[in-house]
Amino acid sequence: MKDRMKLEFDSKSSNESFARVTVASFVVRLDPTLEEMSDIKTAVSEAVTNCVVHGYENGEGIITIECYIEENEITVIVEDKGVGIADVEKAMEPLYTTKPNEERAGMGFSFMEIFMDELLVESCPGQGTKVTMKKKIEKK
Amino acid sequence: MKNVIMLEGDRMIIRVGEELDHHITKELRENIDTMIDKGIVKNIAFDFSTTGFMDSAGIGLIMGRYKKIEPLGGSISIVGTNPAIERIIRISGIHKIIRMELAK
Repeated sequence: MKDRMKLEFDSKSSNESFARVTVASFVVRLDPTLEEMSDIKTAVSEAVTNCVVHGYENGEGIITIECYIEENEITVIVEDKGVGIADVEKAMEPLYTTKPNEERAGMGFSFMEIFMDELLVESCPGQGTKVTMKKKIEKK
Repeated sequence: MKNVIMLEGDRMIIRVGEELDHHITKELRENIDTMIDKGIVKNIAFDFSTTGFMDSAGIGLIMGRYKKIEPLGGSISIVGTNPAIERIIRISGIHKIIRMELAK
């Protein structure tokens, strides 16, 4: 049984919280633990922040989030049509950041990897970035 | 609950609000740096007792303040925390360079 939602919103830092809460409210039907919920919210926060800071470089743009639930697994896809990533492997290295002056810790992808079960980053310079994350919620 | 900055002796204590993400760190960073740049204090203590959410932007804020005050001889400590925040701090590894003053 599949459950799906798709969300579209302006790229603004004030929408980072909105994105977390919206995905959380979709996931709640799987009855996650507090920790599982916190993990997903953190991963979503990292992905959306990347769209705002890197994808659109704090400028205007649209961010889309698509979620679907199949059995007890949640898939979250965060996408922007921003600048894209030249070297995805490098970008995913822990502590690597292209914006040290903005106090970016370079841990976004690391956190996504740690808190979700699967992480796939697809990106091309000039064509935006698509981050697909999955997590299995333990059946209770 | 919003962030509250208090001065106590030779340090500022930042009682962080419910969430610390990229959006919130922007303003908080400015407020903290204004006080450091004015030479008011150079030691910073973060109190995360009432903070329910923090992502790597919060880690970036802490690291950025550390880089700023360390050359001035200042120090950073964490004086209040909770399981969720402690988890993020330990995963990031910054507990190795900042003081965790978790007195009960």
